[in-house]
Amino acid sequence: MISVQNVHKSFGDLEVLKGVSLDVPNGEVVSVIGGSGSGKSTLLYCINAIESINSGKILVNDIDVHSKATNKDKLRQKLGMVFQQFNAFPHMTVLENAALAPRIVKKMSRDEAMEIAKKELEHVGLGDKFDVYPTRMSGGQQQRLAIARALAMKPDFMLLDEVTSALDPELVGEVLETLRLLAEEGMTMICVTHEMGFARDVSDRVAYFHQGVIAEIGEARQVINEPQNELTQKFLSKVR
Amino acid sequence: MNSLFTPLSWDDTGYILTGIWNTITISVVAIVVGTLLGMVIGFARAESNRAVNVLFGGVLDVLRSVPLIIQLVLFSTFVGAIGYPLDPFVAGSIVLSLYTMAFMSEVFRGGFESVSQSMQTAARSLGMTYWQTIYHIRFPIGLRAVLPSWLGVALSVIKDSALVSVIGYMELLRTSEQLIGRTQQPLTILIGVGIFYFIISYPLSHYGRSLERKMAI
Ligand SMILES: Nc1ncnc2c1ncn2[C@@H]1O[C@H](COP(=O)(O)OP(=O)(O)OP(=O)(O)O)[C@@H](O)[C@H]1O
Ligand SMILES: [Mg+2]
Repeated sequence: MISVQNVHKSFGDLEVLKGVSLDVPNGEVVSVIGGSGSGKSTLLYCINAIESINSGKILVNDIDVHSKATNKDKLRQKLGMVFQQFNAFPHMTVLENAALAPRIVKKMSRDEAMEIAKKELEHVGLGDKFDVYPTRMSGGQQQRLAIARALAMKPDFMLLDEVTSALDPELVGEVLETLRLLAEEGMTMICVTHEMGFARDVSDRVAYFHQGVIAEIGEARQVINEPQNELTQKFLSKVR
Repeated sequence: MNSLFTPLSWDDTGYILTGIWNTITISVVAIVVGTLLGMVIGFARAESNRAVNVLFGGVLDVLRSVPLIIQLVLFSTFVGAIGYPLDPFVAGSIVLSLYTMAFMSEVFRGGFESVSQSMQTAARSLGMTYWQTIYHIRFPIGLRAVLPSWLGVALSVIKDSALVSVIGYMELLRTSEQLIGRTQQPLTILIGVGIFYFIISYPLSHYGRSLERKMAI
């Protein structure tokens, strides 16, 4: 379970998160929607301890993420993250990309790491690309590699930050399909997304972010189809 | 009565080879030391804040902009004047290495800075530590990116090593000057020396270009 409790976060004078609370129980998929600069990415970064917080608390599997005593590198093994940028390691093959972290972070043997990497690559439909260099692949394939690379660490949670925003429209589908598969398998996910159809159909709940607060949160279909908050209505009418 | 000058002969081979050997030695020393120091400083500059950079940058700017020949003469005169005269090879190696370092540090800095923050964050998000990220991601990607420019600097160091002759190091140019003095055959000798530099440089720069093409993909 991920539990975000009244988190405040500022960059200098700019307060980006103004008291955000969100509980995501295991197995749930929450989509986060909202305008540019509303703090969606920052929230994910705070959950992953890439950014610090000013006040409040974030618990991941009951571990206090921002406590000094927490080993953040160890914590991040439980939190897979995929970004808008593909971030494939260009000097490694697809297989090496996915096997690197299991090998050097989890100290698995080479064979063991390769085994897991292969399985996750097949999982996302890249079973025929093991020895290819990622720069030779389409954006959609690179993004699926990023997902497989995160999955190879056997995370309990996946944090996805607009993973389809940098893709050509015709490649969005294959990545969303992969995420849908993960959701069906019961992965706990927080997805920041601009894909309203995905948010509605794949997630359990949708949170609408507005200027650093969650303005509305509820059952996915209800928030997307019949938003209660005026701000959500305005936002949705603009993006549709 | 014999002429004061004696023509070039096979007996001079050993002398010429010594010159060649010395040119290669000091070039290799300068490139290796300059590369290692340049890598460390380039990394430090890519990682550190403004103040450190301004300080470092000033020193490096001086090393880069004062002509090498002046640095060589100043340094060897200086160490002589304070009572620690150095062997020309040692003095030349020190100056040429620092000079190389100054250029290499910019090359490496550019390489390390070319690895995006987002790429490094992605590595950290997999649980990799700071140093694992440096070692497995930032260094290999950065180093690959700078290979062609590294080669460019290395090549110019080989050529610049000729200047170390001014402080009395018997590298190729200086041996050939002495041979010219004795034989009065400047054309033959200088053409020979030119060919030597070409033979060393051309394959390297050719290799560099092909690397560049390969990595542009
Ligand atoms: N490292 C940083 N330093 C300073 N300001 C930052 C930093 N990261 C984000 N911000 C600012 O914080 C605000 C929220 O950024 P954030 O990236 O969380 O927004 P977002 O909701 O993800 O927007 P988008 O939809 O454009 O990705 C923005 O105004 C941004 O400029
Ligand atoms: Mg964002």
